[in-house]
Amino acid sequence: MRYSALNLFREGLTGHKNWPHAWRSPELKKSYDVVIIGGGGHGLATAYYLAKNHGLTNIALVERGWLGGGNTGRNTTIVRSNYFFPESAAFYDFALKLYEGLSTDLNYNIMLSQRGMLSLAHSEHDLEMMNRSCNAMQLNGVPAKMMTAEEIGKRVPSLDVSKSVRYPIWGGLMQERGGVARHDAVAWGYARQASALGVDIIQNCEVTGFDIEGGRVKAVKTSQGTIHTEKVGIAVAGHSSVIAGMAGFRLPIRSYALQAFVSEPMKPVLDTVLMTPATGVYISQSDKGELVFGAALDLYASYAQRGNLPVLEDTVAGLLQMFPNFSRVRMLRQWAGICDVVHDSTAIVGKTPVDGMYINCGWGTGGFKAIPAGGYTLAHTIAHDDPHPLVKPFSFERFKTGALIDEAAASGIAH
Amino acid sequence: MMLITCPFCGARDENEFRCADEGHIIRPEPYTDVSAEQWADYLFYRDNPKGLIVERWHHQHGCGLWFNVVRDTVTHEIKAIYEMTEPKPDLEAL
Repeated sequence: MRYSALNLFREGLTGHKNWPHAWRSPELKKSYDVVIIGGGGHGLATAYYLAKNHGLTNIALVERGWLGGGNTGRNTTIVRSNYFFPESAAFYDFALKLYEGLSTDLNYNIMLSQRGMLSLAHSEHDLEMMNRSCNAMQLNGVPAKMMTAEEIGKRVPSLDVSKSVRYPIWGGLMQERGGVARHDAVAWGYARQASALGVDIIQNCEVTGFDIEGGRVKAVKTSQGTIHTEKVGIAVAGHSSVIAGMAGFRLPIRSYALQAFVSEPMKPVLDTVLMTPATGVYISQSDKGELVFGAALDLYASYAQRGNLPVLEDTVAGLLQMFPNFSRVRMLRQWAGICDVVHDSTAIVGKTPVDGMYINCGWGTGGFKAIPAGGYTLAHTIAHDDPHPLVKPFSFERFKTGALIDEAAASGIAH
Repeated sequence: MMLITCPFCGARDENEFRCADEGHIIRPEPYTDVSAEQWADYLFYRDNPKGLIVERWHHQHGCGLWFNVVRDTVTHEIKAIYEMTEPKPDLEAL
């Protein structure tokens, strides 16, 4: 059933008892044309675009836990495309453009709020580098502007803009089209439409191995049985190395925990997304009024979705440096997601050493903003057995040739 | 929070240490015979295991010693600590 004002009214007359499930929960079949591993944003978007753009509907999407239960439901929901290199700018701005039309496309309100993404400069040198980034963005066709300290003080009145603090504010780089979106809604919206187009979404189904013959994938072994297929798409973020290991190849990835924090709800105090490279802290206020923030990675390998205390302390210290008036705010929750970090902070989308197996990984700390384009390009890559032009530079080849895309903007800070 | 036992200083807070990637990675040589694949493998590709990992740690804000740690990446339990010159232990036996 379409979500519309008319249907809302109609269902309201009968006590909202007849809304159908957002997606089907079918039985797993013995074989599919394509199997997607991972029911996060990237996997669900891949399934959706395979069905919508490429007419492939005999697809199974298998998820070990529940939909959007990994990094998709654990991130700080920021969307932006303030990247430096042309390859990244083209890709991430395409993602942002898809986000801008996504609520309509999916008939699902993803609550996109383009409230502006502001990165702060704390010295003359920061400001010079930021001007360079701003120019690069404009050259790449991504609107951006520099703001003075005075303008920032007016835009974010609760921010400490005094000269005496550890990191005084010299100016900032603003992308007005940046903002936040409801992360769960992105997963659920893609799942609902993919399911409507015929994709079988199978939750609580863990991949345990593959059947590979003559270098070509033949089947995926799962906790619910073996699925015969000629094509497999992998979108499992922090667990990419584990799945790749089952298929017999290694990845240029290290898995780290990235923490996120939510405070108790408050009256509106911050109407933009704010980021400071000096401490790595980024913060926004949710529609419910909670402060949602995070900072740097825990810098040792981890598959534990909880995070460590030193980084928590650093994050809070960095936050209070910017907003001393938040010192009495109580924290509600803290958690961590496992990020698949690549040496050059650029993702990997494309073919793998196994024929018929394709991967979407390496988003590191910034996978959420990439979801629509990550799914769109992986779907194209699977359907055509050839990388989408936007992700040609994001292949494994670059580690051999040295054509790395060393995108510090991917993480926003130097990890 | 981890308590890491530096072979020289004893048990110290994880704050004092820096993790410096997986251990026992050997640089391929001689450089004239190293292919682009081998070099990429050495520089970028890692096991990244879910479970026991062997890492090099550096007591950066302490005595400055480098040493090896065998750690579980899920529980963060430290199974063994040994010096840089010692061979890689049998992880199955730990």
